[in-house]
Amino acid sequence: MSEHILLRHRDIADIDQLEVYRQHGGFEAFRKALGAMQPGEVIQVVKDSGLRGRGGAGFPTGMKWGFCPNTIWPHYVVANADESEPGTFKDREIMESNPFQFLEGLMIAAYAIQANAAYIYLRGEYWQIAKLLDEKIADLQAAGLLGDAILGSRYSLRLYTHLGAGAYICGEETALLESLEGKLGQPRLRPPFPAVAGLYARPTVINNVETLANVPPIIHNGAAWYRDFGSDKSPGIKVFSLSGNVNRPGNYELPLGATFRELIYEHGGGIPGGRAIKAIMAAGASSALIPADDAALDTPMDYEALVGLGASLGSASVIVLDETVNMAWLAQKTTHFFKHESCGKCTPCREGTYWMVHILDRIIAGKAEEADIDLLNSVASQMQNKCLCALGEFSILPVISTVAKFRADYLAKVAAPLTEPQRP
Amino acid sequence: MNALRDQYGQEIDRILAKYPAEWKRSAVMPLLYLAQRAEGYITARALRDIAEICEISITDVASIVGFYTLYYDQPLGRYHIQVCTDLPCALRGAEEFLAQLSQKLGIQPGQTSTDGLFHLEQVMCLGACHRAPVFQVQGDGEIVFHENQSVETALAVIEALREHARQETGGAA
Repeated sequence: MSEHILLRHRDIADIDQLEVYRQHGGFEAFRKALGAMQPGEVIQVVKDSGLRGRGGAGFPTGMKWGFCPNTIWPHYVVANADESEPGTFKDREIMESNPFQFLEGLMIAAYAIQANAAYIYLRGEYWQIAKLLDEKIADLQAAGLLGDAILGSRYSLRLYTHLGAGAYICGEETALLESLEGKLGQPRLRPPFPAVAGLYARPTVINNVETLANVPPIIHNGAAWYRDFGSDKSPGIKVFSLSGNVNRPGNYELPLGATFRELIYEHGGGIPGGRAIKAIMAAGASSALIPADDAALDTPMDYEALVGLGASLGSASVIVLDETVNMAWLAQKTTHFFKHESCGKCTPCREGTYWMVHILDRIIAGKAEEADIDLLNSVASQMQNKCLCALGEFSILPVISTVAKFRADYLAKVAAPLTEPQRP
Repeated sequence: MNALRDQYGQEIDRILAKYPAEWKRSAVMPLLYLAQRAEGYITARALRDIAEICEISITDVASIVGFYTLYYDQPLGRYHIQVCTDLPCALRGAEEFLAQLSQKLGIQPGQTSTDGLFHLEQVMCLGACHRAPVFQVQGDGEIVFHENQSVETALAVIEALREHARQETGGAA
């Protein structure tokens, strides 16, 4: 893309400074919303834009905002900056390098649901970013863009950062709310949904950082402008985090619907050593593996097309696997992650991830029989649709998909003889 | 008597002001960070002080310490060297990096150096997959990322921390 819409710091130097951001149209959208639009109108524009949640679930953002009942007060907005999915590092770049666009989006969201306080929940590892955001929030207060009677209106708003402390599960929105309330980060049963009873049992909107960064340009340029990017059902732009066996890993801002081939070969520079590509994970560790044949490489990366591949776009965290990667090893890596991060609240996830790790470790150690592959698949299948939240459901995707599509990789490990200790 | 409040009264008030007055419990995580910055880990005393400030039980505070990985209930070295070896990092050589670093430092992941300065840990995703090998240093109340690392650059970072600690001791003596 010639000019970035989200990663604007790549085009404009020092846009992380308030005066530079404002020189380039910053806070005009917030001023427009506050001065010339009713909250309901703001929600309508976001609805019309077709913006969908960029954290993974892809839920329509405007619709989410519209769910907050006007009979229960106060309302809260929480920015989900708990970015912890292996393969995802996009929110970090937005917050580090273009922080005001994210903050402006958060402020517009707060105005739209008439919240007077908003929290930014960052993973604990993003301590440096929290410190930076605290400074930016202080800049906004000093400039009269936060606080009481903002820009001469009757609206008041305060932003607060809150650090997690190393728990992937807190990216799940109800676990995040529990954590923000000072409890263990364990998901809540739904209903009630956060839009009705969220933070402190009050109506709460929780949006991903990237989702919020989309809001200022949408309010500024209008819904129709945004729909010029991407496809009808997946309009707009997306930051793709590209990692794994690729020459130029990094974040790439592209319209939704760009192909894997374009991302991996044009932008990412292809596979190191000219090796062949074997498979793709599109949603970080939480992915069903996509065998990387020509049809897959030419698939547009949007919410609908990936479902056709038996996968999902998630947070668009594309991990490239080349021909040297054994998929049983890969499943062992991802399953260890999910076992470690399982919160322990529901039995299928707590026990299931434990047993999957147990079997996978045996397979990778060369101590398994072929029947263990089916045992593994059986454990994974029994977890399906039984977990309290998406973490448990995600944990089985790499397992079931690699057993189904790369069984030979498992057989290679099963057939491998026990490794004898080396003698001098 | 609340030692934490006596020592950090203003900072504690700033933290509590972020949350509704009836939700002091929300301050438990920032207060744990505050206590850990002071002591290097969460002491029994800090559990008691935080429980009192947040108006929750000591057990509630202890459960938070146990649940989240960035809190420690025992002294494990001043600087925690936390290396990510999750899938995207592993594809960029992070496992080999950790093995070599471990060998050079003479401590296994999960162990602390004999001088009590460094604790080596294998951790989950740090959100820097494109710049692996990557590690973070957690210590002195801060968490600092080090990206695109080699064993040599990592050892240089560690040596600088060692020097920092040595100068502090020298200054105190």
